[in-house]
Amino acid sequence: MTSELTETLASTSLLQPSKRRRIPVVGTIAYAVLAVYVLLAIVGPLLVPYPPNQLNVGPRLAPPGPEFWFGTDALGRDLLSRVVAAIRPALVAAATATAIALVIGTLFGLAAGYWRGAVDGVISRIVDFLFAVPEYLLAILVLAVLGSGLVNAAVAIGIVFIPRFARTVRGSTLEIMSRNYIDAARLSGRGGAWIMSRHLLPNIASPLVVITAINLSTATGAYAALSFLGFGVRPPDADFGSMIADSLQYLTADAWVVVPPAVAFVILILAINLAGDALRDRLDPRSVSR
Amino acid sequence: MTAVDAPAVTAPALAATGLVRHFAVSGRRSKAERAAGAGRHRAVHAVDDVSLVVPAGTTLGVVGESGCGKSSLGRLLVGLDRPDRGEIEWAGERAGTHRGQVQAVFQDPASALDPRMTVQDAIGEALPGLRGDELRAAVDELLHRVGLDAELAERLPHQLSGGQQQRVCIARAIASNPALVLLDEAVSSLDASLQAQVVELLLQLQERNHAAYVFISHDLRAVRAVSDRIAVMYLGQIVELAPAERFDLELLHPYSVALRSAEPHLPGDGHRIERIVLQGDPPSPIDPPSGCRFASRCPVAQARCRTEAPALVERTDGHAVRCHFPGSLVPLVLPEEQPA
Repeated sequence: MTSELTETLASTSLLQPSKRRRIPVVGTIAYAVLAVYVLLAIVGPLLVPYPPNQLNVGPRLAPPGPEFWFGTDALGRDLLSRVVAAIRPALVAAATATAIALVIGTLFGLAAGYWRGAVDGVISRIVDFLFAVPEYLLAILVLAVLGSGLVNAAVAIGIVFIPRFARTVRGSTLEIMSRNYIDAARLSGRGGAWIMSRHLLPNIASPLVVITAINLSTATGAYAALSFLGFGVRPPDADFGSMIADSLQYLTADAWVVVPPAVAFVILILAINLAGDALRDRLDPRSVSR
Repeated sequence: MTAVDAPAVTAPALAATGLVRHFAVSGRRSKAERAAGAGRHRAVHAVDDVSLVVPAGTTLGVVGESGCGKSSLGRLLVGLDRPDRGEIEWAGERAGTHRGQVQAVFQDPASALDPRMTVQDAIGEALPGLRGDELRAAVDELLHRVGLDAELAERLPHQLSGGQQQRVCIARAIASNPALVLLDEAVSSLDASLQAQVVELLLQLQERNHAAYVFISHDLRAVRAVSDRIAVMYLGQIVELAPAERFDLELLHPYSVALRSAEPHLPGDGHRIERIVLQGDPPSPIDPPSGCRFASRCPVAQARCRTEAPALVERTDGHAVRCHFPGSLVPLVLPEEQPA
């Protein structure tokens, strides 16, 4: 409610003109870049010059050149091939984590807002608990139980992100439950399943799409962080986080090793963020672009 | 349609006995409340010991100032809220599961219609048994009955005017052939000419469907226009229940008399009633006074009124009053002013 109020206030105040200055081209570029990444995640491994995990395809720590465009790493692997190979786990982890949080968080939020009372009490306490524990600590705790790996890291991030969805959905659901059309549906003998699917979900769909887009980018970053800490895909498979982590020890002598994975990752995060902003501006005209 | 089978004996469409609904209040007591001896467990007495009967085909009007509990009572009567105590029967059956036998029309059609549902789907919601062409035909027929064009079926609520929206709500409310319809400020959001049309429509539909109406409004004139009997509520209680034709000069409760005197005079009424201005605000519905709830504002209150709560007593046929001294406040009737 509060954020809605500030959004409304902001949209009617001085901040309004900044929206006009925003160039829609940015969103289009972001969508295009994102499309390239998705394409590379699917067909990239077929296009790369070398098998990404093959050792000693060239000299160790070779600088970028005509043969190895992005250079090679300490084990003589082609960095271009590895960067392209790292896109797939990054996107799969972000999408899986967000999907888990979206589905479970929405169900939690709907149930809490629809039944209220004891159901709401239990769900809200669980959500408060998840919110109270620092996010990475909680994710690492989950990974300590499940073991590391792509799917487990995605599950861990998904669990950590549940509260973000549950709170938004619960708030919107409570607001919609007070409308008279819910009373009318009840009087006509319509039950919970009907009210949730026909009235609640359609009316919370647009805020839900917006927070999904925002969390997709946060989840990409979170997976890279977990991979940096060694909880991502198992070596020797390529991953942005682990590639950046591996390159750190060569930072003083061969600093460019960190550049290909870092730049590729930053561009990906930027593209998801800007695409999410563009989507939000389209679906939620009251909000102001930051 | 999911028509409700008429019971063999003609039970009233609605019978409520001893309804009580209190809402718990959380938060600290104010100094004044503590001084007044407020208990630790406080509750808003929204509805206190309300009993009423509405026979099929008749309309009960419920009037009172805002906050008197009339909307809370309405929600109890159609089962959107459960009473703490008391019994409700719909057409002789204990109130419970909703099967479309009771329906409601609310004040704000913008809130009563889902902004993402077409008129067709909104009305169809009240017709769970129908699909496809059958549903389409039933919706067309209902739209026709409330005076709307069948073409509107594909529209969304924001593509309709306020009057059209309210007609859609009425169509939805009558779709399941309900025995009882709650009209909670159903015409209050409409302008005067639309009000008259919608009231006329409601009365026509009642004649045809023989449904009972509970018509809740703060607008006395609208209530008198549609009701057979009128209940006056004050602080969660019915203080007077009178046939509509007596609801002018034959009122007995001082609050009803004051309420009637506050109704704006219109040319053609025949007479004017001198306005009685009540002093002060109604007491808080949290821990209401132990004597007569109206005693603190009553111009003719006596010592007994402050200590002893009066009961709702039937004086003459169908006319009940909750007052120790009924009829002691007499309205001053003036002749109608002739325009100069």
